[in-house]
Amino acid sequence: MLDDFFVRALIAGLGVALVTGPLGCFVIWRRLSFFGDTLAHAALLGVTISLVFNMNISLAVFIVSSVVALILLRLKKTTNLTGDALLGLLAHSSLALGLVVLGFLSFIRFDIMGLLFGDILSVTKIDLIVIWVGGLAIILILKLIWKPLFASTVNYDLAAAEGMNPEKADIIFTILMAAIIAISIKMVGLLLITGMLIVPAAMARNLSNGPLQMVFFSIIGGLLSVLIGLFTSLKINSPSGPSIISVALILFILSLIVTKKNYKIFK
Amino acid sequence: MNTQKKEILVKIKNAGIFKNNKWLVKDVSLEIYKGNIVSLIGPNGSGKTTTAKIVLGIYQDIHGSVQRFTKKISYVPQKILIDWSLPIRVIDFMVLTQKLENNEIEEALKLTGAEHLKNNSLTKLSGGELQRVLLARAIAKKPDLLVLDEPVQGVDFSGEAALYELIKKISESLKCGILLISHDLHMVMSSTDFVICLNGHICCSGTPISVAQNKEYQKLFGDHASQVLSLYKHNHDHDHSTDGSIKKKIN
Repeated sequence: MLDDFFVRALIAGLGVALVTGPLGCFVIWRRLSFFGDTLAHAALLGVTISLVFNMNISLAVFIVSSVVALILLRLKKTTNLTGDALLGLLAHSSLALGLVVLGFLSFIRFDIMGLLFGDILSVTKIDLIVIWVGGLAIILILKLIWKPLFASTVNYDLAAAEGMNPEKADIIFTILMAAIIAISIKMVGLLLITGMLIVPAAMARNLSNGPLQMVFFSIIGGLLSVLIGLFTSLKINSPSGPSIISVALILFILSLIVTKKNYKIFK
Repeated sequence: MNTQKKEILVKIKNAGIFKNNKWLVKDVSLEIYKGNIVSLIGPNGSGKTTTAKIVLGIYQDIHGSVQRFTKKISYVPQKILIDWSLPIRVIDFMVLTQKLENNEIEEALKLTGAEHLKNNSLTKLSGGELQRVLLARAIAKKPDLLVLDEPVQGVDFSGEAALYELIKKISESLKCGILLISHDLHMVMSSTDFVICLNGHICCSGTPISVAQNKEYQKLFGDHASQVLSLYKHNHDHDHSTDGSIKKKIN
């Protein structure tokens, strides 16, 4: 069964959606959508490094994204530049560095489009293992740090005052963000990974009253997007990553209509 | 002041924060004991919130020393901003940093007059309602130390008196120590055990009467100070209940 490329694509996509669901909620709650983009840009540098040293792509991307994320945390503390300026600085300088290095690698044939937009249909069995083992590890760690991370998301000072150790939770969360980008880059591509994090979570917000409910709907939205998106791409021969995000967008629009209706009923 | 041995909760000594080439606060020393209410007063920007955050250990790069002898600490921050994108109800917020049974949640909300808000979204509360929820969350876990930064701001006039009454009651029933930041000089002077007047450093400190008579304090608070002092002198032998009746104080 796993020999069928489409089955592999489905299993990979569903694995990624399980993880982007809860992480995406935190991205929205903590206003980190630009941060996701920054890590994704840095991922290009990771990809070139993996080509130079002949490493596993996910591993190289994970290392580079983590380093960039930790540099960001450090710079936030030590400089007076605003957060978005720092994000832009890191995003584009790491992208530029990645492209410069890539320029020297003219002897390697490399599918840049696949990197930007993902190529879910070329997922290998090893990729499946990376996605599912990595993904389950991310979910497990997220569950362990849920309470302090959520408390620090609501109010950092409150969490710090009441012994929740929010700084540690924030750092771990940052590493988890690097990890999800590393494992899903092959699937949705670095331009669309933030979409996978944000669009289902935004849809979930329209349908939820509480945080756990939002996580639940966000996962469901992601899974549906992957399922419908992949079948559509198979049917009408559209690129897979963009198809998934387009379905997510349609779900988001539907959720807007549902909330509008609800609103009228309650009024 | 009673003479029985008091259990110390926090001791800070010559604490200060030096940031962006200036001292936010400097040389602050204070001690908080179980069952005592210590209040911080001072003009805007005098370092009241900063001092509270030093006590709580929120700041890390500080001068001087801070010792906390308990981990059961609750905090009511001056303000809390919650974005619409984060769906959180009062009931979710109550268990943000603690495990609580349903009846504990209800009891705490009832004490602050917010039990009807239990399933409401936090972002839809008014300023005064949010303040009541913040206070309920803080007292729900029965802390040893309660740090309250302007706990009644935005609460209506009658609610304000009731909440201050509640704060006094909590300090007695839980035997916890309270660090209170308040602009209500009347409350501070009539119901707290120790007053610290801040203006970047400790201007003066002591029992309410001694602070009220201090020249530094009178300079900082001007006419308002003497007015409160006269109120205090007038009031010190009895309490006015919310229904208008007068209770003689036993001491």
